[in-house]
Amino acid sequence: MEANVSMARRISPFLLAFLMITLVLSLASIYEGIDAYTKNDPASGSLFLTMGATTLVISTYLWFQTRRRILKLSMAIQPINTTLECQKCGFKNVREFQRGDYVFKHTEDSCPKCNEKTMAIGSIFREVKEKEKAREAGYI
Amino acid sequence: MLPNVTQGLLPGGDIVSWIFQVIFLGIFVVFMFYGQRIQMYIMIREVEGSLYKLKMMRDEGRKTAIAAINEIGKPQVDPTAQVDRFLEYFAITPVELDPAGIIWRLEHLLDVVDTRLKDDVKLMAPQADVTQTNNLENTLEVALALNEIYKVIRHFYLLGKKTLSLYVIMQVQMVLPLIMKEAEAYSSALKAFQLGQPIGDGAGALVAAKLMRDYEKTKVEKDIVVAKVPIEGRTVYVLKAEGPGANVGKPGEAIKQVIEQNEGKISLAIVIDAAGKLEGEKTGEVAEGLGVAIGGPQVDKYKVEETALKYKVPVNAIAIKEDVGDAVSPMRKEIFDAVDGVIERIKRLIRERTKEGDFVIIAGIGNSIGIGQ
Repeated sequence: MEANVSMARRISPFLLAFLMITLVLSLASIYEGIDAYTKNDPASGSLFLTMGATTLVISTYLWFQTRRRILKLSMAIQPINTTLECQKCGFKNVREFQRGDYVFKHTEDSCPKCNEKTMAIGSIFREVKEKEKAREAGYI
Repeated sequence: MLPNVTQGLLPGGDIVSWIFQVIFLGIFVVFMFYGQRIQMYIMIREVEGSLYKLKMMRDEGRKTAIAAINEIGKPQVDPTAQVDRFLEYFAITPVELDPAGIIWRLEHLLDVVDTRLKDDVKLMAPQADVTQTNNLENTLEVALALNEIYKVIRHFYLLGKKTLSLYVIMQVQMVLPLIMKEAEAYSSALKAFQLGQPIGDGAGALVAAKLMRDYEKTKVEKDIVVAKVPIEGRTVYVLKAEGPGANVGKPGEAIKQVIEQNEGKISLAIVIDAAGKLEGEKTGEVAEGLGVAIGGPQVDKYKVEETALKYKVPVNAIAIKEDVGDAVSPMRKEIFDAVDGVIERIKRLIRERTKEGDFVIIAGIGNSIGIGQ
């Protein structure tokens, strides 16, 4: 199973050879173009330069595409907030989520305002950045 | 001789330009005959890149599940082999050729699957309590889903390479963005299930939890809790899956029981659930409708529809819109904030559609992970 995937990701030697030939030809074409310009032949020069530049861009693009890319999985830990609410005075306190937290759980924390152990978890949520929201919204 | 032949074709007209002419003509011919094949190779490469990413997600899921079992369950033996066996589980859906009674057969199958998975998790993690067992089960189910997605895409990829069929590759390449979105959603769900954080799918359960807070709860059919709550002078049966463990329960059976216990004298049933939003809609948008808003394998929906029909109970639905990714990842603030708006809508519906002294059912559907009651 693992072998299949790694084999599939190997670059074909034919493709590599093709790319090398295209690269060499494009460079030769560019050389020809410059040479034609220096010999006062701008028509040939433009043609060779255009052909050479186009082939160079395409072959370079293909070269980068075929390179084995090490994909890094973005498993960024999203910050999750827990809001603690005092059941007596309504004081709210936001802190980072801790394992064992759940909505409506009565905690051992004391209310900083009324100093009593009446704090309960009111909400646990993830806040999405404005940039991400704008991307989601798309055309709006 | 040769340079003379090409005179007039190319401004350069020498041997080099002749060579270039032939090469570019050759490329044109190659593209004419092998264009489709080149296109196919490009598609294969695209699928390959995604497959690699899916493999990483699958491995991450497996690793997370094993780590969670070791951390919470404190097993005596290494659970790796058991986890690998779990990741290959499958369930065969009932025969559809004879549809009579398929719902009951499907329900039985789902019950058996649930019991089996829970038993296996208990064997893997003997020290885990009920809440932790439910969370571990869901973590493993997410890892299983990621494994399944990876294997299906790999199948089409290898089949496409083997047969060199454009159509085999094309069908997987076309749906790949949606599959990747789903896989990424599952991937972000792993951490939420491991840590017991509320997820977007629990929006309905959260509404019910807010309504039933501080009232006495009784446990009814399979992991569902019910509370009798007075709202606007009516008696409201509020129900949700028992939290804070990962649980969806059997809300259909619970609603059926409540209706039957009241001999059908229910003036209104309101079902609240998270619903998939369309692109362009905002996360946390609330919409009202009619019918039974219960997703999943349709067994619960069927039961509510049958009972509602029998006793002529009108069923209203409230949907909280969210993306498929938001449904399984930690609950977004927008969804949390939408809950109060939903409660206001419920109160308005009750005032408009029922009289004082009537009986009403409010069912908060969804996974109760990270949500108490």
